[in-house]
Amino acid sequence: MKKLTFLIALLLLGTDVILAQVSKGDVLIKNGTVITITDGTLENTDVLVEDGKISRIGRSLRTPNGVTEVDATGKYVMPGIIDAHSHIAGTSINEGTSQVTAEVQMGDVVDPLDLSIYRALAGGVTSIHLLHGSANVIGGESETLKLRYGVTDPQDMMFDGAPRTIKFALGENPTRGGRSRGIQPQSRMGVEAMLRNSLREAQIYKKTWDAYRADNSRRKIAPDYDRRMETLVDILDGEVLVHCHSYRADEINMLLNVFNDFGIENLTFQHANEAYKVAPELAEFGAGASVFSDWWAYKLEVYYSTAYNAAILTRNGVTTSINSDSGELIRHLFHEAAKSQKYGGLSDEEALALITLNPAKQLGIDNRVGSIEEGKDGDIAIFEGHPLSVYSIPVMTFVDGVKYFDRETDADDQRLYVDPESTIEEVQIFEADEQHKCMQDAEIINLYEFLNN
Amino acid sequence: MKKFITHIILIACFPLAAFGQQSAGEIRQENSGKYAITNAKIYTITNGTIENGTIIINRGIIEAVGADVEIPNGYGVYDYQGGEVYPGMIDSGTQLGLKEIGSIDEAQDFEEYGDITPQMEALTAVNPNSEAIPVTRVSGVTTTLTMPDGGLLPGTAATINLFGYTPDQMYAGSKGIVINFPNSRRSWRQTQEQADKAREKALEDLNSVFDKAELYADIEDADDIRYYPEMEALATAIRGDLLMYIEVNAAKDILSALEWVKNRGYDNVVFTGVLEGWRVAEEISEAGIPVITGPVLSTPTRGSDRYDAAYKNPGLMQQAGIKVAIRSGDTENARNLPYNAAFAAAYGMGREEALKAVTINAAEIMGVGDSIGSIEVGKKANLFVSTGDPFETKTEILNVFIDGFQVPMTSRQIELYEEFLNRNPGLNKYPVTEN
Repeated sequence: MKKLTFLIALLLLGTDVILAQVSKGDVLIKNGTVITITDGTLENTDVLVEDGKISRIGRSLRTPNGVTEVDATGKYVMPGIIDAHSHIAGTSINEGTSQVTAEVQMGDVVDPLDLSIYRALAGGVTSIHLLHGSANVIGGESETLKLRYGVTDPQDMMFDGAPRTIKFALGENPTRGGRSRGIQPQSRMGVEAMLRNSLREAQIYKKTWDAYRADNSRRKIAPDYDRRMETLVDILDGEVLVHCHSYRADEINMLLNVFNDFGIENLTFQHANEAYKVAPELAEFGAGASVFSDWWAYKLEVYYSTAYNAAILTRNGVTTSINSDSGELIRHLFHEAAKSQKYGGLSDEEALALITLNPAKQLGIDNRVGSIEEGKDGDIAIFEGHPLSVYSIPVMTFVDGVKYFDRETDADDQRLYVDPESTIEEVQIFEADEQHKCMQDAEIINLYEFLNN
Repeated sequence: MKKFITHIILIACFPLAAFGQQSAGEIRQENSGKYAITNAKIYTITNGTIENGTIIINRGIIEAVGADVEIPNGYGVYDYQGGEVYPGMIDSGTQLGLKEIGSIDEAQDFEEYGDITPQMEALTAVNPNSEAIPVTRVSGVTTTLTMPDGGLLPGTAATINLFGYTPDQMYAGSKGIVINFPNSRRSWRQTQEQADKAREKALEDLNSVFDKAELYADIEDADDIRYYPEMEALATAIRGDLLMYIEVNAAKDILSALEWVKNRGYDNVVFTGVLEGWRVAEEISEAGIPVITGPVLSTPTRGSDRYDAAYKNPGLMQQAGIKVAIRSGDTENARNLPYNAAFAAAYGMGREEALKAVTINAAEIMGVGDSIGSIEVGKKANLFVSTGDPFETKTEILNVFIDGFQVPMTSRQIELYEEFLNRNPGLNKYPVTEN
């Protein structure tokens, strides 16, 4: 019997080891200029990471046994950059079969082999918010990832402990879908109606299930289980943070009203090119905005944009981040953040918070990442030159104290998977227009319909 | 911090400049176009940097430039007290003026029906009042090459200055036909085999069109020749009166384009795009063909390439002896031209060469090097004044002069900022007051 217990224990231990595939590292980053974000900039300072967590920040720290030292003399050490809007590492983006698809999850389509992950690491990025697309009014659940490039199990990419998030979408994208299929919504009126209908149905669903659960009779019959409704109920209960694709001020204002009516509080507007017009309303609600540094004019609803958006929002007290939504832009988010200094004169701290602490807040992970503080995760980027200088070059990136990017020592070819059947490598010429991935997959569905009608 | 304070002081001082006080939206031409820009660090690009110099401008033309230049009587004076002056930046690859809103067909005029339409003139469709023009020029970009696209021979591109009320007032004196050189790029619906076949077919078409055009050029003066507008445009290019902008990117296609140019014996050729130029830099250099490359802010063309391959491309080509200009390849965000150049600078090209790539090189490649691209006597007063290095993100552009006109330092994006920074009314139309 004892033997059996031992065997079971051993087996469990084994399982445990398998589950703990995510490596945690130890490293002492010595003598850098440490931009903490929350506690100013510290010259000639060491940062010690032990077992994946920042354990000490100070001068002339002693190197514990077995801990690797990294000399950051003359370099800048900052928290790993967080991209609150990304579609890299996703094998599909839109579930476009319905205008409400709260039942699907981006966590099911994570591709840890995507080379874009490495390219992002080479720009100092350590975490991304892999969002569902914007083809439908209520899209699927998104997934917060840590860029542990080299793991092959999608599960090992997940940001363990990050809150659940979901994508909503307003404006041209969902109404375009409605028009191409001849269904609601085809206008911003329809978008609001669909949101209110869905949330009202979820309230009724919740009420039915609450009544069932409270019913003590033996002959009670369970109501239908609906995965879509379950997620919507979790939104009403505040367990899922909403990230809403939006552009125009009127539609942003509309969603604030809807959420006020339904008592939903956790809300960040994505893109939000016209958020600057309703900055006081956003601040009053406590909603965040995750915006582009300067993208505009690629469609009508972004024609009245201004690159000063992030600065206006920041000055009005709105928690603001700058995101990429692009496998290209994600590589230089530090430069995108710097544009808030050209367009609106934000301070260094304010500008860098746009790509660190603020997106962390919007994703509900600011207790773990977004600044260099003792007790936080060892997600750190090292730059040659101040990260807000256009000439600055990211040189090393750590996630949980493990180095995933090193400009000096990394091989040129960092692909993890090379198609054994391919003989000649395809040349992919960069097209800026292809960077907007929000409608990816949804377009193909429309094209399919086009070809069949 | 010290630097920041200097910036503040500079900005605070500039309104003191005796002339050049501009009311919002006003276009000024100081003193009938006779004025001096003085007390500034002048980056001439072609003749070094003058620490504290003066530029004399008369009716849009630079009359004198130097450290000890006397300001003639009766000239207005802009005193910049330590600001920096550069020649206006040139974005040699945009669709500025031709494309207003990306997703709306009615707001786009860069593509005409047909595969072979070299006679389509971009200049005629340039909207001088495009919202993107002020947005671009307040960042110090004063000139762009605006290009048609679509099909094999989409049309004739034009170089324009970003100020003027008609396309003719904007025209900077250089045109060229665009050739989208046949490539093996596979669309998602094609197999590679189909794409290769399409490429072969396109190359045949290109050759057949140019064969005819060469013949047309020979017999154009004959009495009863029939009028072919596309042939006339091509014949003009074949005679060397129009440039040939050959858009080509993949290494294999570049080699093929080099051979095509060599076989045809054309010498008025510019390669554009050239994202894989570094792979065949020696060959391009040997052929002596100048290059307009970009966007530099783009992803590597191959998965096996180093992550920074696109950043390094311009520098590697320049070091191989190629004359390189850098373009944004953008339209509404051509304002990011300096940042494309800056990334090239940081990743091997160096600031000096990168500056040339967005000024004098671009001008010379487009054949307008005698009128723009540097601060020299006899050239146009296309220049801007900044608080420092225009590649650095924080730097403010203080004034922009195009054709000698001081253009307003505003755009719709700035106006929206001014209106909404402290919106009035704010949250409540009539805030509740204490008393």
